[in-house]
Order: sequence, then C-alpha cells, then structure tokens
Amino acid sequence: MNKIKSLDDLRKMKQSLKSDISIREKSDKAEEMVRVRVAMATCGIAAGAREVMNTLLRKVEQDSLPVVVTQGGCMGYCYAEPTIEVAVPGKDPVVFSHVDSARALEIVDKYIVKGELIDGIIPVNYQTIQEKL
Amino acid sequence: MNDLAMHILDIVQNSISAGAKNIWIEVLVSIVRDLLSISVRDDGKGMTPEMVAKVTDPYCTTRTTRKVGLGLPLLRQGAEQAGGSLSIDSTVGVGTTVKAEYGLSHIDRPPMGDLANAYVLLLGANPKINITLHYITDENDFSISTRELDEALDGLPLNDPQVMNLIYEMVSSNI
Repeated sequence: MNKIKSLDDLRKMKQSLKSDISIREKSDKAEEMVRVRVAMATCGIAAGAREVMNTLLRKVEQDSLPVVVTQGGCMGYCYAEPTIEVAVPGKDPVVFSHVDSARALEIVDKYIVKGELIDGIIPVNYQTIQEKL
Repeated sequence: MNDLAMHILDIVQNSISAGAKNIWIEVLVSIVRDLLSISVRDDGKGMTPEMVAKVTDPYCTTRTTRKVGLGLPLLRQGAEQAGGSLSIDSTVGVGTTVKAEYGLSHIDRPPMGDLANAYVLLLGANPKINITLHYITDENDFSISTRELDEALDGLPLNDPQVMNLIYEMVSSNI
C-alpha cells in the first residue's frame, strides 16, 4: 500500500474503509457501544493519559471491540491519575484509577469483555460530569 | 509535561471547556528566525481582562473540583525557561488566543513530541468541533482541518480507530 500523504489519498482509501466500518456498525448500534473516557486535563496528561489513550485505541482496533474512546476533563481525582471512566451500556459508569497501559489492557480484557471487576475503582457516589452539570 | 504536543492537548482542552466551535492550532518552526511558536486560537466565550491577568497564576482556575490550575502556568514556565514567552489575547464573546514562543535552538526547549498524534486524539475525541492544524516551517506550509477531513472521508466517523490511523499517517507524513 502506498503511503497516505494527502486528502486525495484519503479519499481513495474511503471505499475499502467504508465496508470494514459498516460491518462493525451493523453489529453494534451507537447506544450499545461501550464509552471509555480518558481524563485528559493537565493532571491526567502529565501522569501519562496520552499513552493510555493510544493504547486503548490500538487495542480497540486490533480486537474490533464495540468501544468508543474519548477524552474528558479533570474530575478532581488528580492524585489518582491517569483515570478512565468506563460506561458499559445498562450499567453505572465506573472510574478506574492509576491506569497505565498495562492496566488499560487489563481493564478492557477483564471488565469490558468479561464483565469482571478489578482493583483500583474509585468508589464514592460517582456521577458522570454531564450529570453534574 | 514531557513535550510540546502534550501542552497542545492540554491547552486545547481549555478551548473546549470555553465552548469553542472552531479551534485553530498553529505551529511555526523557523530555523531562520530561531523560533518555535505554538498558538491555540478559539471562538469560545473568551475572558475579561481581569481574568487574562490572572490565568497564569497556578491558584486561578474556573473549575470547582479543585483549587489549582496548572495548564497555563506550566506552559508559561516552559516557554520562559527556553528564552521565550507566553501571551494571551482574549475578548469576551469573541474568543481567546494563547501563544507560546520558544527559542528553537535553546537547550531547555522541550521536544516537539508527536504532534500528529496529539491532533488525531483531539479530532477523535471532539468530532463536532472544527479543529484546524496549521504547521509552518521555513520551506513548508501545511494545513488540515476537521471539516476538510469530514468532506474527504464523506461521513466516515473520525473517532473510529482505523480512520484515526489513516489520518495520523497522512498528517505525520506532512509535518
């Protein structure tokens, strides 16, 4: 495959990508997607949230998981960064603390895929940022 | 903050919190002028002059979850340590521009880091905001935006990891 260098190269790739993506989208509707929000304020980024987000994206692509990886702000858990919030449809969101790349993969394999809880969950009566606003 | 790409990820979050619909990231690398400048401009809600005067104080933050805000203070410290400066220009209701300048050859200038990665992460996480990356060197001038990518990819989701990979490849081969 040639290297993609311009918008035109991207346009050429579009067709092949479309078929791949539509296969994945058919099996899982948007509301059935797992949402993973990586806290990426100053505290999160300084603690390594960028690597965690890159790892998660790679993992989701490799295993074709129905997961959307996105960014969030500081939730006040600066001492526990990097943190990620995982919202599995139909369940309350769970915030995991001190997530490095290895733990991110463990969370995907155990919590998202198998539904098992693992250590390092931030308890409290947690609400997502949207609910607080 | 290990590199400048991390600062960009961080500063752009301020624009997003300010409700920006459009964000322009401009990176200028000039060997001729021995200058590296990063500016983030947005059309968010803007700040009053009093707020602008205070934002580089670490004990100033708009958030309620904690009392300190280190994003801009760290950016300023990094720039000043590397023979540069930080400037902020903001108008309420119009938007804000944050610009950090570094001496390109200064020994204490942080490395650029993976700029294409930072851009793609921001794109994927904020598909509704039009984010433009403008990268200028002495010989080159490259610009890309969410809108252009949306148009070229014809509705493919920008937050799909596979699409993000392709965009990364395209952006990184140009900067």
